[in-house]
Amino acid sequence: MFDRTRLAGIFFQSLTAVACITIVAMMVIILGNILIHGIQRLSVGFLTKAPMAGMTSGGIFPAIFGTFALVLLMTIAVIPLGVATAVYMHEYAPKRSRMVHLVRLAIQNLAGVPAIVFGLFGLGFFIEFIGRGMDKAFFGGRLVYGQPAIIWAALTMALLTLPTVVVATEEALRAIPQSYREVAYSLGATRWQMIRRVVLPQAVGGILTGGILAISRGSGEVAPVMFTGAAYFLPELPTRLHNQFMELGYHVYVMTTQSPDVEATKPILYSTVLVLLMLTFLLNFTAIMIRARIRRRLRYGR
Amino acid sequence: MRSSGVLSASPQVTVAEPLTRRGTDALNDRIAALVIKGSAFVAILALILIFVFIGKEALPVLTSPEVHEEVSLRSLFMPQTPEAEFTWQPVSEHPKYSLMPLLAGTLKVTVIAVLIAIPLSVSGAIFTAEFASPWAREIIKPAIEILAGIPSVVVGFFCLMVVAGWLHSAFGWTYRLNAITAGVGLALAVIPIVYTVSEDAFSSVPQAYRDGSMAMGASNWQTASRVVLPSAMPGVLAACVLGFGRAIGETMIVLMASGNAAVLSFSATDSVRTFSATIAAELGEVVVGSPHYFVLFFVGAFLFILTFVTNLFGHWWVGRLQKKLQGAS
Repeated sequence: MFDRTRLAGIFFQSLTAVACITIVAMMVIILGNILIHGIQRLSVGFLTKAPMAGMTSGGIFPAIFGTFALVLLMTIAVIPLGVATAVYMHEYAPKRSRMVHLVRLAIQNLAGVPAIVFGLFGLGFFIEFIGRGMDKAFFGGRLVYGQPAIIWAALTMALLTLPTVVVATEEALRAIPQSYREVAYSLGATRWQMIRRVVLPQAVGGILTGGILAISRGSGEVAPVMFTGAAYFLPELPTRLHNQFMELGYHVYVMTTQSPDVEATKPILYSTVLVLLMLTFLLNFTAIMIRARIRRRLRYGR
Repeated sequence: MRSSGVLSASPQVTVAEPLTRRGTDALNDRIAALVIKGSAFVAILALILIFVFIGKEALPVLTSPEVHEEVSLRSLFMPQTPEAEFTWQPVSEHPKYSLMPLLAGTLKVTVIAVLIAIPLSVSGAIFTAEFASPWAREIIKPAIEILAGIPSVVVGFFCLMVVAGWLHSAFGWTYRLNAITAGVGLALAVIPIVYTVSEDAFSSVPQAYRDGSMAMGASNWQTASRVVLPSAMPGVLAACVLGFGRAIGETMIVLMASGNAAVLSFSATDSVRTFSATIAAELGEVVVGSPHYFVLFFVGAFLFILTFVTNLFGHWWVGRLQKKLQGAS
């Protein structure tokens, strides 16, 4: 019954299972290691205090604050833009038109551009071109916006996360039955009324998913903000759009690579990584839950 | 709950409304259409602007005579002086810019990462799509999503603090941080994308193919390896290409785990430095408008074009597979 081909089949089939187990194990090892080491120093004080004594004690509050400020600004920029792009592709443009094809190609390629290239772009375009231009036009050449600032970091990050929002919104738009749109039109609604009152309220879940995934991505990326606004240590919190800011991911990077006393910063470092991970996971988990609900509706809703 | 949008919307758009109101509605409709169409252009515009602005800062390497005093296209790729043939030493009295050590470093790390990631993730994808029971799928898929959601700076941190130590004590290499450490870390970033794209490719193979194969008496493995895999091949290739693109552009992991020594060598256990890490490490201190600044943008332009082309290829292949399988089913 067990001839050689069948035995070989079972062997290879189990190899693929081993590959899967390896991937899952890698994930578990990373998370487990960080959780075990990171949880020791985690406390309310750690989350609410500023770093002290050259990062060897104190907390990470400025970095948390900076990260939140960054993603807030980013969200304000990316959500309207991403939603409008998806609405255009799905509701306005004729299906399979050249324009839709082009926009989709642009979105796909934008998603593949390395984060560090976004950082270069942020420096070359936002800071050196727009920022310097604004300084010349409004501030008589005084250096205000022509230097790394939270607004430039946020806008750079918004471009990086644009594809995430567009893709998630489009998926939600696809889940809305065509009949809803027809009913709205039959009642005399204009296209904009139909979109505002029928399509967008129905797509709220997808937009939320996209936004949360974008925030999760934005709070973890470091390369785009390294030159566009993040700073290692600032005594004050950012209050203006042209201030620099501290960021969790950047904080991790600098503490890991440039700490004068690795052993002393290690516990704090682990806890910072844990906070960053928990933040991104909480966001990702919420997004996955909302998306699962939308997909269920897509499958059974019609 | 589901139809609340419609219910709340319908009373407000009654047919008989004053003419003035209808006029504003039409105007609003026009404005909205304009704004939405405009926004859709932003993605295209952004891509063009990236190209223009990185290109603009990279161009002096080719054209400016001032920059040529320190660096030229020739000195970037060709041997420079007899005693220091290929050196990347941008901050010194006589700066030397040779891209060869960086190119070698990038290739080494990327190839190692891809060699680890592709076999693992493609066979993982076969398992999920062909053999796994639903409950196993419920574990694997979220696990991959979690892996994809780990910020690259965290992977870099983990490589530097933990993996480097493990590998070092297991193999006793001269350099604690080397191409293999960075490659292992990079593989973690590449696995999710290769897995997701190839799993999509396997799942889009019509069930009829499998049924036909099974009806001929083929085993599960024979069906997977001789029927499903060949039909999904363009998708798997696309996955590999997209994974390669991801690997070559990834910055934080290689910046933290590679050792950052710009040395031209072909040993996988030497410390290396990649293109992306070079930009990240040096752009912070560079004087805007100096030859060094332009060279870093030149490197960035090179990375951008390389990833742009790999992405274009990858998505083109995915599209071709979808067309082929749609035609077949």
